[in-house]
Amino acid sequence: MTISDDLDHRFRNAAAAEGLADVAYDLVDSPVGPLLVAATERGLCRIGFDPDPDRDLDSLARSFGARVLRVPRRIDRARAELDQYFEGARRGFSLPVDVAVLPAFQRRVLDELARVPFGRVTTYGDLAGKIGEPRAARAVGGALNRNPIAIVLPCHRVVGATGSLVGYAGGLERKRALLRLEGVEAGGQVSLDIA
Amino acid sequence: MMTPVAIPPFERFYTDQREGVFRRLSRLLARADAEDAYQETFLRALRAYPSLRNAERLDAWVLTIATRIALDVLRRRSVDGELPDLPAPETVRPAFAELEHLTADLPPKERAAVVLRYGYDLDYADIGAALGSSEEAARQAASSGVRRLRRRRSG
Repeated sequence: MTISDDLDHRFRNAAAAEGLADVAYDLVDSPVGPLLVAATERGLCRIGFDPDPDRDLDSLARSFGARVLRVPRRIDRARAELDQYFEGARRGFSLPVDVAVLPAFQRRVLDELARVPFGRVTTYGDLAGKIGEPRAARAVGGALNRNPIAIVLPCHRVVGATGSLVGYAGGLERKRALLRLEGVEAGGQVSLDIA
Repeated sequence: MMTPVAIPPFERFYTDQREGVFRRLSRLLARADAEDAYQETFLRALRAYPSLRNAERLDAWVLTIATRIALDVLRRRSVDGELPDLPAPETVRPAFAELEHLTADLPPKERAAVVLRYGYDLDYADIGAALGSSEEAARQAASSGVRRLRRRRSG
C-alpha cells in the first residue's frame, strides 16, 4: 500500500492552490550546487546554498509560519529564471521578493543591493554611503552576510575596498564562480566599476 | 505546567504521518475513495494547523480526521443505497463483508460502531472521534448493537 507520486502531488498542488501554505519550497539544481528556493504568497523569500531539510524547514517555519510545504510547482518560475541565469541567457530577475520579516536596516541594504547590475561589483563602503550611513560598512557587511535570497539579491557583487572578495555566506568559491559567470574575473583583485 | 511540544513544520508532520493515514483509509475504503479521502485529510489538517497548540499525539489527531472523513464516505454511500465499494481483495477483512450484511438493520450509529470495532478493528477512542461522540458513547453503541444482534438471532 504505497502513496503514488501522483497522489502526493495532487495534495501538494491542491494545498498551494487553496493558499494554505505559509511558505512553499523546492530544491533547484544549479552549477553551484543544489539550492533551497522558497516563496510566500508575496514573493521569493529564500534562496540558500547547501540545503539541509532539518535546519531549513525549522528556519522557514520560524520566519513565515508552520505551514511549510514542498510544492515544486510554486517554484517553477524561479527555477526557470535561475536556469536561464546560469545558462547565461538572463541578466536580471523579474521575481518579486518578500523581505517583510527582515529588520528595517537590512531591508534598506538589500534594496540598494538589488540596484547593483549584472557584471558589476561594488564595495561595502559604497553601499553604506548609498543608504546614507557612510560609517556603517561593517553593519552592511553583516546585513549582506545574512542575505536570505542569494543570487537574486546579488550579494556576490559586493567586494572589499581593495577589490578582494572578502567573504560570502555560500563560500568564496561560489562567489568567484558567480562573478565569473557574469564576466568578472575575480582572483584576488577585481577592478571596481562604481558609478 | 507542562511545556507544550513545539509544532513541527507541516512538511515534516506530513512525511511522518502520510503512510499511517493512507493505511487507515485503505482499510476503510476502496482505492479511489481512499485517495480522495487522503487528500481531504491533509487539507483539513493544513487548515487546522495554525490553531494547534501542542504537538503531542499528532498521529492520533490526524488519524481521527482521516477516520471521520472515511465514515462520511461510507455513510453517504449507505444513504444512497449503494454498498460501499469493497477494498482490494488482499486487504478485505472477512469479518467486514459479513458484518455489513448482518448489521444492515441496526440503527446507523450502532451499526457504524459494530462494523468499525469488529470489522475494522478500530479502538473506541477512534470510533468515538469518527462518530463525533465520545469513546464511552462508542463503546455503548457497539455493545448495544451487539446485544440487538444477539436478541435477533435468538428471537
